[in-house]
Amino acid sequence: MFKTKTKLIKNNKVYSRPAVGLVILLFGFILLLASMGLAISVGAAQINFPTVWNSILNYDPSREADRIIMSLRLPRELGAAIVGAAFAVSGAIMQGMTRNPLADPGLLGLNAGASLALACVFAFNTGADYFTVMLISFIGAGIGAGMVFELGSMSRGGLSPIRITLAGAAVSALLSSLGEGIALYFKLSQDLAFWTAGGVSGTNWAQLKLIVPVVIVGILIAVMFSRQLTILSFGEEVARGLGQRTLLTKVVLMTVVLILAGAAVSLVGAIAFVGLMVPHIVRFLVGTDYRWIIPCSAMFGSVLMVLADTFARTVNAPYETPVGAVVAMIGVPFFLYLARKGGRKLS
Amino acid sequence: MSRLYAEQLHIAYGERDIVKDLNISIPDGKITTIIGPNGCGKSTVLKTLSRILNPKSGSVYLDGKAVSKESTKKIAQKMAILPQSPDSPEGLTVGELVSYGRFPYQKGFGKLTKRDFEVIDWALHVTGVSEFKDRPVDALSGGQRQRVWIAMALAQETDIILLDEPTTYLDLSHQLEVLELLHQLNRDEKRTIVMVIHDLNHAARFAHHMVAMKDGSILKEGTAEEVMTRSVLRNVFHIDAEIGVDPRTRKPVCLTYDLIKNVQLVENLA
Repeated sequence: MFKTKTKLIKNNKVYSRPAVGLVILLFGFILLLASMGLAISVGAAQINFPTVWNSILNYDPSREADRIIMSLRLPRELGAAIVGAAFAVSGAIMQGMTRNPLADPGLLGLNAGASLALACVFAFNTGADYFTVMLISFIGAGIGAGMVFELGSMSRGGLSPIRITLAGAAVSALLSSLGEGIALYFKLSQDLAFWTAGGVSGTNWAQLKLIVPVVIVGILIAVMFSRQLTILSFGEEVARGLGQRTLLTKVVLMTVVLILAGAAVSLVGAIAFVGLMVPHIVRFLVGTDYRWIIPCSAMFGSVLMVLADTFARTVNAPYETPVGAVVAMIGVPFFLYLARKGGRKLS
Repeated sequence: MSRLYAEQLHIAYGERDIVKDLNISIPDGKITTIIGPNGCGKSTVLKTLSRILNPKSGSVYLDGKAVSKESTKKIAQKMAILPQSPDSPEGLTVGELVSYGRFPYQKGFGKLTKRDFEVIDWALHVTGVSEFKDRPVDALSGGQRQRVWIAMALAQETDIILLDEPTTYLDLSHQLEVLELLHQLNRDEKRTIVMVIHDLNHAARFAHHMVAMKDGSILKEGTAEEVMTRSVLRNVFHIDAEIGVDPRTRKPVCLTYDLIKNVQLVENLA
């Protein structure tokens, strides 16, 4: 084996940015705690911070504030946080894998597939328990993504970013209209409209018990594979040359995306833009290394969803504004900004 | 027997056959250049040698073992590949990118060891990009960027380096800079270098071994003097070339050339 004649050059510089990344991560965590605190305290019944803190630590069901917090607001905000993390991480993975700055589970057929599957569940089996709903939503997400990838890779030259985006738009349109058709025919458009608009209002502890572990495991696998994702983002040829088992890596990462997006959609419906926006904001802060992008995306995705949900239920109280609409309100200008910037290469 | 060779390669994209029944052996410790017209399959062969593409049939062997059977990470410790003009990721610094060349040696989360840092610094130094270490790759010029990618391949510490058109899109002096660097790596450290290259004179100037391909097969291989001849170039490129000797390097050069069709056309007109 060849030994390089290393000429030692004095150098203490590190080659990734752990210091910056850690600060951002810590900052994100504090921001998340603060926004959760804010989210729990505001609403129809204003509850001040000390009470919030006290009722989480010493829950007393005889107090009304405690009941509101523990049965309504805390699960709701936990749900928002976990869903935000799931969307943001799956968006980051998709962007790295497809090398497409506009990739987002919503734009790649995942959300539409899951929604269609849910429409079918509501239409044919109204009594399905939450576990079944979640499972079906995974399968729907898988079918949606599978169609996009199949359609995108049919022609020679394989999966180019532009093809994936076009195929994603086509498949999403098809699956959403099918879903709406089913909803109209079975007269459940109201249920489904509420679902697709997105909302965490009904989140309960039973759902969280199922979904939180699933999302956490998904994010942990994503973190474990984040270095592989960075290498994959250099392009398939470079990755294979470096000795990466690219097919295995892609299958694992795609599975993680399905799990995260499927779980998130099953809880709140298809919320676009979180998965698109958050990784870009994070990339701006910590650079292009997915070892930092993934955990930071999880953190900031949570913050964004918690704040968006808080805004959604307070801006026009006592009515709930769909949280999907709130996110889209922030998301559309951002999307335009990205398109203007050229949506160029990224990794 | 060479360390890297391939037997009876049959390579196809879908239904379309690109290469049929090709045998190639890469001389150890030498610079090999592959020339040929667009679409002749030279890049395809290079990609197959580096296991980026899988052949439909036939095998590539490295140190006597079929590359398809060995661990891809082990191979990445022996053989590096620089694909044609890879996209540079936005925002990644030169040092970060080159550090990923250590991937084949890493396990788990890939904390860089003291030795990794030494190799990375050496690779940055020898390619002359140390001063850009903390700059984003996408802020560099084309020539600098190409040297950064070569530095990443060097950080893999492999005996064999394959490069697909490493000088494309570079200006005259940057082209020579990259080729001189590869020449130096071969001369001083006996690394085996294989590259696909369009410029015939560069190919002849730096090659110990030249391979001329056409329509998916090897038409002629040997020294530059053997391959850079009128008849070979007529067959391969369909050109009528005037071959001379470079007064500085004593290597064959193509001084000027005409398309053979045009020659006939001119003759017909006359």
